[in-house]
Amino acid sequence: MAGGSKVVLVTGVSRDLGRRCASAIAEHPSVGRVIGVDVVPPRGDVGDVSFVRADIRNPVIAKVIAKEDVDTVVHMSVIATPGSVGGRNTMKELNVIGTMQLLAACQKAPRVTDLIVKSTTTVYGASNRDPAMFTEDMEPRRAPRAGYAKDVAEIEGYVRGLARRRSDCRVTMLRCANVIGPHVISPITSYFRLPVLPTVLGFDARLQFLHEADLMAVLQHAVDDGPAGTFNIAGDGVLMLSQAVRRLQRPSVPMPGFAVGSLGSALRSARVADFSPEQQDFLTYGRGVDTTQMRETLGFTPRYTTAEAFADFAAGLAPTGGRTERALAAVAERLPSTHTLDDAGRPALQGPRAVPDLVGSSAPRRSRGDSHG
Amino acid sequence: MGDAEIIPIGTRGRPGRGAGKQPSSAARGLAPTKKAPAKKAPAKKPAAGTGQGGPGQGGPGQGGTGSGGTGADATAEPTGSQQSTTDEPSSAEEQQTPPAAREGAPTRDAQASSDEQGTRAGEAEESSPLSASSAATDAPLASPLSTRERNPLRSIPTSAWLSAFQEAAMEVFGDSWEPRLAEFLAFLRRRITGDYVVDEYGFDAEVTQRFFMAALRPIAQQWFRIEVRGAENIPADGGALVVSNHSGTVPVDGLMTMVSIHDHTGRHLRALGADLVFQLPVISSLARKGGATLACNEDAERMLRGGELVGVWPEGFKGIGKPFSQRYKLQRFGRGGFVSAALRTGVPIVPLAVVGAEEIYPLVGNIPALARLIGVPYIPVTPLFPLLGPLGLIPLPSKWLLEFGEPIRTDEYDDGAADDPMLVFDVTDQVRETIQQTLYSLLMQRSSVFG
Repeated sequence: MAGGSKVVLVTGVSRDLGRRCASAIAEHPSVGRVIGVDVVPPRGDVGDVSFVRADIRNPVIAKVIAKEDVDTVVHMSVIATPGSVGGRNTMKELNVIGTMQLLAACQKAPRVTDLIVKSTTTVYGASNRDPAMFTEDMEPRRAPRAGYAKDVAEIEGYVRGLARRRSDCRVTMLRCANVIGPHVISPITSYFRLPVLPTVLGFDARLQFLHEADLMAVLQHAVDDGPAGTFNIAGDGVLMLSQAVRRLQRPSVPMPGFAVGSLGSALRSARVADFSPEQQDFLTYGRGVDTTQMRETLGFTPRYTTAEAFADFAAGLAPTGGRTERALAAVAERLPSTHTLDDAGRPALQGPRAVPDLVGSSAPRRSRGDSHG
Repeated sequence: MGDAEIIPIGTRGRPGRGAGKQPSSAARGLAPTKKAPAKKAPAKKPAAGTGQGGPGQGGPGQGGTGSGGTGADATAEPTGSQQSTTDEPSSAEEQQTPPAAREGAPTRDAQASSDEQGTRAGEAEESSPLSASSAATDAPLASPLSTRERNPLRSIPTSAWLSAFQEAAMEVFGDSWEPRLAEFLAFLRRRITGDYVVDEYGFDAEVTQRFFMAALRPIAQQWFRIEVRGAENIPADGGALVVSNHSGTVPVDGLMTMVSIHDHTGRHLRALGADLVFQLPVISSLARKGGATLACNEDAERMLRGGELVGVWPEGFKGIGKPFSQRYKLQRFGRGGFVSAALRTGVPIVPLAVVGAEEIYPLVGNIPALARLIGVPYIPVTPLFPLLGPLGLIPLPSKWLLEFGEPIRTDEYDDGAADDPMLVFDVTDQVRETIQQTLYSLLMQRSSVFG
């Protein structure tokens, strides 16, 4: 806790990511004090964060804000899965009613000057009519009818309403791509942790990831000083789902869309992985967001690209497949003459068969693979 | 297996199956043959041939002894022959085949002498089959063999494997096989480990260049004999919008245009596809890998700003789904969205006229009810399609002409031009008329459809 003056209220600290984001915000030099709010106390170490047990669905939150002289509110308690809280109704109430109460409290508190809402790119949906890259001013091609995406769309509507009513308040909405990292537990990471990955037959989704460290960095950046507005936050580059599965070295089972749906509900009831309809759409069609605004207006550059964030996540997972790769590696090793000529003979290659070197960005991944083998 | 019923059970003390006229394959396998050393010399393909013969010969012999169960020949040899049977397919280029498998084939070809020998050998040496066979084949294994050591995979030294492999690589990759093979192996590993990059539209340049183009090129050059004119009108770098007529029931013309442009300029044409393309399984992922993206203003402008060569077929389904009687009559060019995208980004529009694609699947009918049921724009009926079944899916080999017209500049208009509907319609009509006139002139020049 450096000697800053800001008093920051962070919601949703009981969950792992929220707790660590709160402690990361507390470490920022411009921040004086961080108050974490949630219904249940956080399980891990919260560092310099002082925890206040309060339910944001309840007007008590306004008293907390007034009493603690909060000037910055970081809203992180929009949850993606009903699993942790009980059911879809609870989830909806927590997301939508909680946000409404929090925003009402912020509107009433004249000292609150900054509001940062962690939203998600799920709000753009995923469909076959999507443009390749969504910019911040684009609407989803199909309005979400249910679930997380609809919650987020409603929450964003309320946040925009507050921004209109409190023009003196800096409202920053961060639409983050799927957060991934060794410690993150989310629908997408639990999907990739499955030993055999079900994929939708005949489709290959484009994925973007945001590393957990970058999420904390962007929250710090937004708390410190940043322009108001809505920003897409994602790592550079795009990873295809098939590519991600191969990088994980896990086998995948392509199955038709309807079968993935029923398997998903079975997995969900078994609490193995959350396979909501939004996620199925996401894994079918994929989604890309344009991050020009993040760089140019917000002035934030993520440290990890999409591929690097995924590699960092994958480093903690044991490969369950990858036999073909090992066999090929064995063949390559058995041919010492060929292998030496690979290095020596490559510059001598000419003609159209010499393909440009496309592997530059993923060098760390390869070295990791070698150390495994 | 009809005659299997009349074969008496047991062999009455004779080696092999009890018919008494021919020695069993097991006995023949024991016989020393003079051809054996000569058989060893040829490397890969002849050995594979003998390997084919082995299992066929070994099978009945094994069955006979199995049922008969007489003395010596049932000890080691059936096991040996069975091993060779099971292992042969996996190691076709082995050079030192086990006796049973190797000598089966020559016996079948050259009958009399080896038959005689086989019978003699079978009777004389049934007590020590193993030493006889090893002596006959000059096998390097001096000590008595056990069944375990007879695993053909084990008896082949690594150097033999390597030389066989080298020869095979020479055959496939030619003289400079080593760097080629190394490159191919590296490519395979890169694909399998996901160690490649795609751009933000999902375009996989490597696989497009290596596979899609390689697969489509023979179709373009041999089947449709595509003739490209005016390829110099395609800008060598920077954004440009190729606008083409659309025809042929199935959008083959788009694929052929991509190949032709890549072969003539080295640039990849980034196609703009209908949303149906991205709804269909398999096709959607192939389209993204091949560099296509959804035909919407956002993507078109984004690609053009990024300096890509973008291809658009503004007729859409109206163009490819029009009946054969209306061939080479351009349909409406939509709302002219492609023109406003070009105007906003200031890139040139290259008109392209494709002649020949109309004739590949002459659309003479449609099944609208079924099409509505499935959710596709039309179900084509061609003279061949439902009639000949899958054969009707082969496109007719018409001769294609592709003519790229002079680029139409759009950077001279002022900023608000893209929002001026009248200007957009004017430019759209200009492009459309250019393509239509080029089509007519190409049709005049064409001597015959299949010429």
